[in-house]
Amino acid sequence: MPIAEPLDPAQARRIAVVRLHVNGQAHAVAAPTHWTLLELLRYQLGLVGSKQGCDKGDCGACTVLVDGLPTLACLTLAVAAEGRHVETVEGLGVGGEPHPLQRLFAERGAAQCGFCTPGMLMSSAHYLDELGRADAPVIRRADIAAALGGNLCRCTGYTKILEAVEAAAQETCSRAQAIGDGPGGAA
Amino acid sequence: MLRLPAFDVAAPRDLPGALHLLADPNQGARPLAGGTDLVPNAKLGQTRLGTAVLLRNVGGLCGLERRGDHVWIGAGTTLAELATDPTILETCAALGRAAARVASPQIRNMATLGGNLCLDTRCRYINQSEFWRSALGGCLKSHGSECHVVPGGQGCVAALSSDTAPVLIAYGAVVEVAGWRDGQVARRELPLADLYDSDGTRHVRLAPGELLTSVRVPVPGPHVRVGHRKWAVRKSIDFPLISVALRLELAGGALVGGRLVVGVLGPRPRVLDLKGLAGRPMGAAFAAELGRMAFDRCRPLPNIPYDADYRRERLAVEVRRLALGLLDDPPHCSDA
Repeated sequence: MPIAEPLDPAQARRIAVVRLHVNGQAHAVAAPTHWTLLELLRYQLGLVGSKQGCDKGDCGACTVLVDGLPTLACLTLAVAAEGRHVETVEGLGVGGEPHPLQRLFAERGAAQCGFCTPGMLMSSAHYLDELGRADAPVIRRADIAAALGGNLCRCTGYTKILEAVEAAAQETCSRAQAIGDGPGGAA
Repeated sequence: MLRLPAFDVAAPRDLPGALHLLADPNQGARPLAGGTDLVPNAKLGQTRLGTAVLLRNVGGLCGLERRGDHVWIGAGTTLAELATDPTILETCAALGRAAARVASPQIRNMATLGGNLCLDTRCRYINQSEFWRSALGGCLKSHGSECHVVPGGQGCVAALSSDTAPVLIAYGAVVEVAGWRDGQVARRELPLADLYDSDGTRHVRLAPGELLTSVRVPVPGPHVRVGHRKWAVRKSIDFPLISVALRLELAGGALVGGRLVVGVLGPRPRVLDLKGLAGRPMGAAFAAELGRMAFDRCRPLPNIPYDADYRRERLAVEVRRLALGLLDDPPHCSDA
């Protein structure tokens, strides 16, 4: 929804051009200075995958990766994303193929109403990134739960989400020697 | 949906630039680092923003390092960095563990130590939406004259929810503050314990335009043990209902000094000196006595959720467990 109407000078002072990368693509986007990154993504770039849930930092539905770190887009000012690399759920899949996390969320019934799912996926994607970088990756349910500790789901009860992320983690660790830490760990 | 009211944004490149903006009384300027406290508060109409002064480009506010007998921590260091930094885990592990218990992973990636120390106070009334609050009218903190959470209350008792403040007070941390005077940067230092006031409407004793820039944490000696415990409804996201830190100074298996710092009671962490218990042998009886002392001397108010009487009893339990944990696990202490 680009800003079409002419602006009076007082308002124009409060419009900033934000230069940022979103899902690998460079953008220069005009946005009011009081807009959040979430508003910029949804209303200026049309990326409505990141959800507006509580809009005050409690629920995690707006989670995106900013410079690789899970971040709440609803509490990040758009102007504070200047020069940053932002990844949203739209950037997860490659070449029309779903990301393994997306495939496994679908296969394992890890989404019900789906509103928390984009945030869950982005937090999970960061967990997989970290796991992939570890010298000796170990998959633990407790670590997955901690990584998803900022994402609320009111439908699933979390169990199937944890199962889906664990399955994705096992795929990530093709080094199948990943050792679990007892019941509930990677089998 | 909660929209932010319109405001200006400035992104200064250095500390003098930031302080110059913050010092202008006509700007209504507020420093904004992670924004995890200021942005939701502005969305709820609790904080008015004229100009948000972004601190992300200001040099010298980030990072941490050991400098002789203390650890220097830039106020812009994120809580996620504190929670995983090897220097912190080696020298003041309880600080790292307290930082790891704040809110959620996303918020810890954004939120800074300076922001956590300067958190606005919270209560069951003020942290609702403007619409919700309008049904009751203003309060002592919001253009009104009565307290809606403590009937008959004369002063604002909204609580400081910081988890890092109690533990840093237990370490004896000192904060460095910078302001703008006569066209130049004016710095001063004060013990963190002195930063807080008991008035919840202006609980951080910074002069207008001043900015907390760094924290110095004295590295405790081998006979000092520091720990922190937090109790919240859930293990993630939630604000603390109890946040308590304990410092024990020991000699020959007996106490010689220390302090118990109880957070979230009101606007200012409560510091209880342990000199009166000097000479006590360490053990379960001491831990129980400490818990009873906390119960006798602290009275949680109905300012934050959960029954105040229950929180008082729970405080005794948390303090006892904290002491037991410190005695069992010498260098560190962790939450259950």
